[in-house]
Amino acid sequence: MAPQVSADARKRIDVAATAPELIRNFCIIAHIDHGKSTLADRMLQITGAVQPRDMRAQYLDRMDIERERGITIKSQAVRMPWEVDGTPYALNMIDTPGHVDFTYEVSRSLAACEGALLLVDAAQGIEAQTLANLYLAMENDLTIIPVLNKIDLPAAQPEKYAEELANLIGAEPDEVLRVSGKTGEGVEGVLDRIVQEIDHPVGDADAPSRAMIFDSVYDTYRGVVTYVRVVDGRLSHREKVTMMSTGTSYELQEIGVSSPEPVAAKGLGVGEVGYLITGVKDVRQSKVGDTVTNSQKPADAPVAGYSEPKPMVFSGLFPIDGSDYPVLRDALDKLKLNDAALAYEPETSTALGFGFRCGFLGLLHLEIVRERLEREFDLSLISTAPSVVYRVITEDGTEHIVTNPSEYPEGKIKEVHEPMVRGTILTPSDYVGAVMELCQSKRGSLLGMDYLSEDRVELRYRLPLAEIVFDFFDALKSRTKGYASLDYQDDGEATSELVKVDILLHGDQVDAFSAIVHKDKAYGYGVQMAGKLRGLIPRQQFEVPIQAAIGSRIIARETIRAIRKDVLSKCYGGDISRKRKLLEKQKAGKKRMKMVGNVEVPQEAFIAALSSDEAPSSDKK
Amino acid sequence: MPAQPEGDAPPLDGALPEDALRRAGADTFSAYVHVPYCRVRCGYCDFNTYTADELGPGANREDYREQLAREIAVSERVLADSPLADRPFDTVFFGGGTPTLLPAPVLAGVLEDLTDGFGLAPGAEVTTEANPDSVTRDSLAVLGEAGFTRVSFGMQSAVPHVLRTLDRTHDPAGVGAAVAAARAVGLGVSLDLIYGTPGESLEDWRTSLEAVLELEPDHVSAYSLIVEPGTRMGAQVRRGLLPMPDEDDLAEKYELADDLLRQAGLTWYEVSNFSTAEETRCRHNLAYWRNADWWGYGPGAHSHVGGVRWWNAKHPRAWADRLNGGDSPSVGREVLDAHTRALEDLMLAVRIDGAYPLDGLTDGARPHIARMLADGLLAPETLRTRRIHLTRTGRLLADGIVRTLSDHLQTD
Repeated sequence: MAPQVSADARKRIDVAATAPELIRNFCIIAHIDHGKSTLADRMLQITGAVQPRDMRAQYLDRMDIERERGITIKSQAVRMPWEVDGTPYALNMIDTPGHVDFTYEVSRSLAACEGALLLVDAAQGIEAQTLANLYLAMENDLTIIPVLNKIDLPAAQPEKYAEELANLIGAEPDEVLRVSGKTGEGVEGVLDRIVQEIDHPVGDADAPSRAMIFDSVYDTYRGVVTYVRVVDGRLSHREKVTMMSTGTSYELQEIGVSSPEPVAAKGLGVGEVGYLITGVKDVRQSKVGDTVTNSQKPADAPVAGYSEPKPMVFSGLFPIDGSDYPVLRDALDKLKLNDAALAYEPETSTALGFGFRCGFLGLLHLEIVRERLEREFDLSLISTAPSVVYRVITEDGTEHIVTNPSEYPEGKIKEVHEPMVRGTILTPSDYVGAVMELCQSKRGSLLGMDYLSEDRVELRYRLPLAEIVFDFFDALKSRTKGYASLDYQDDGEATSELVKVDILLHGDQVDAFSAIVHKDKAYGYGVQMAGKLRGLIPRQQFEVPIQAAIGSRIIARETIRAIRKDVLSKCYGGDISRKRKLLEKQKAGKKRMKMVGNVEVPQEAFIAALSSDEAPSSDKK
Repeated sequence: MPAQPEGDAPPLDGALPEDALRRAGADTFSAYVHVPYCRVRCGYCDFNTYTADELGPGANREDYREQLAREIAVSERVLADSPLADRPFDTVFFGGGTPTLLPAPVLAGVLEDLTDGFGLAPGAEVTTEANPDSVTRDSLAVLGEAGFTRVSFGMQSAVPHVLRTLDRTHDPAGVGAAVAAARAVGLGVSLDLIYGTPGESLEDWRTSLEAVLELEPDHVSAYSLIVEPGTRMGAQVRRGLLPMPDEDDLAEKYELADDLLRQAGLTWYEVSNFSTAEETRCRHNLAYWRNADWWGYGPGAHSHVGGVRWWNAKHPRAWADRLNGGDSPSVGREVLDAHTRALEDLMLAVRIDGAYPLDGLTDGARPHIARMLADGLLAPETLRTRRIHLTRTGRLLADGIVRTLSDHLQTD
């Protein structure tokens, strides 16, 4: 049994009194279900940071959604003691978000570390997201310790994947550690390697203090809890500090470390990782990537790498019951406290009523927000098809920023710019053809292709973001039997031949169904939407044409024939109560209908039309 | 009949609220007598009926008149302090089931008991439903003698394969004889038809209509087949063994019926009912649709008096047991408030030509009325008579019209 740190030695690694030489800051780069949380759980146990009686699965994942879906949205830092060759060390494990939507947060977490565990499932090999984060870590000059997890699984192929990992990072296969987070096998070896291989932090203890924020979390009782890594100098309890991006100042009401429960301390020294509480109530006042410095003796320059969160995907959220609008507004206000990237403003739709146009980092972010609204605030919502940000230049040279098809300018359009991404797809070589075909059909252009191993290929494409947010994930998964994985990053914008397709119901435009699509796909979208609506909208007392149009040009048409019979033919004395109850039920149903012009459209039709095959499915990765 | 509606529990003695007794008697007064026996159970039928001869003590055909007399006594007691106490019946209707499975003297006896209890108004309409093969010239003569004025034959179709699908046992050729026999003893004749039976073509339906017209009835009811859950046919449709009737096909058949019947001098007066003249309309059914008062006797029968609806225990045994225990056979009821009464008035009267007065609606209904006139759902004379007259299109969409207008009821 490798040593937990003795009481005596513990003094050498007291918070705010630990020499940087005794500190190791690391994170774990892993794909969603490759066992990061389980490995973290074992480390907490083995180091004694969590007593056995307090242990629970996925200890560090706080939100229900995180624990249920096995993904980490917000990162956290945990301080664990560990002794190697009689010397005590303080290991700070910085948890990183595991999804492409949160690449910026990942980059800040990496910036707080000197090393990273590259954790890969020994039965599945590396996935695109992991690869992307690995590249990010290598760019940050982090020491990479390759670890194969789940070696206890019968399907594990440690030899094969050790070779793959070794190739990727330029190491020998036998340098790849093999562990089982489930049984604990090999975990102590990982802890030892962290101490041995990862550099200790280096900073100037006497310089003006600088601490980088890598996460901030809203807590109902304590306000915003800000997680920082001290780069230079020292932060102390009761000290007055300034956020360098905004210039606002606060007093440090509490400072401390998580081990993993919060423990208050006198301060934090060079290289240490911990939390600050300043009493602010909104995470926007404590932004990820920002630098905290002493107000009296501020640093000259912030830590590099800060940027403002930028919404990439937009969607309208509307309460199904219109009277829930105030509840939705309050709920968004509350979520915003803990989500600096969430943007929203009121929106009115003729079809869906009052709601909010919301901006998200990506599809998963959208889904998480939606799910939290429904779960934590008991709301039933309709969300419109996700849209990206278009820059539309009209003939007269005016520029329009369009995040909602309804903002698309009328009249002659000179050009339309759409956001592009650089996508990395990892796939078994058997599916290369299928993946290439998919990327072609999604207007992608091939940038490059590499064999990671004999049977695994990395494909790099430039693609419009709009195509990704449509149904790319699902299509990729279904074409590769779930084996391919995708990562993407911002890659500027491109001019494209885009048009706005409107859907008209009995001559009236239904704003919720308008979409901006490539001109080659306009017809397909129109036909599909019109056909779908024909099946969803009940027959009315008059014939209802459903048209898809680009401007005034009709590109597709379906017809809902007029209803011919809407009467129960028999009504005898004993039927009257039953018939009246049926009428009352129908009348209640009618109240849930939305009127589009004269056409009664059931709420369910909107939901079904908007949440069909294009909608993000909940199992994408 | 399907499961009874949900309602409140009535008092054991069946007493009615003061309010209802005070409101009673504003219109006509009717009796419905439910006879819950059939020779065979038809696959489409969800009425309260039983084929077994032995339902148990008090529930048998032999005991029927005696049992019914007990309910007549209950009705006399419940209505004793109301304006209906000494009101003779304006109409009496024997339905089922197959009332004519009871020997004609038994039916005549029940009518006698009703007359003893309340009396029969001069010129009262007394109808029995009948299967064409359950009557004879003699039995019809007994009924005519006893005061019956009308017989309504469940003919349903004249096409053998359609009758088979409906499980009807009668020979279509026998209908003519039954009609002639009824007419010979002075009874008015109504024929019931069902359209939309799975497998029935438009031509089949035309054949049935023409067969009906050949018999020159003075009244025709044409009902579209409703596939009810809980029937054998309902199960067959659910399992995909029979197709669900198609609404467009039903509309087309309704239009054909309306055309052929009108050409033969039978005009509609209620969505599914046609008659040769005002005098040959079914006054009993009109009483239902006007929300007049009636007492429903027999297992599962529904009643309405003064804005209270109630219904009897459904099974003949349960019904008989309650009566034999000295209680009212009613097991559930609804006391309707003013708005519900107004809603029912609209729901029922819209279906009758020229029955529903426009002043039952608020000003908010005006644009809808105008639109319905423009869309050809309401006939122009609606404006002249200030009462709702549906066009044929309107009749086919009557439920939608009711839904729209029901948002604008004048309720005081």
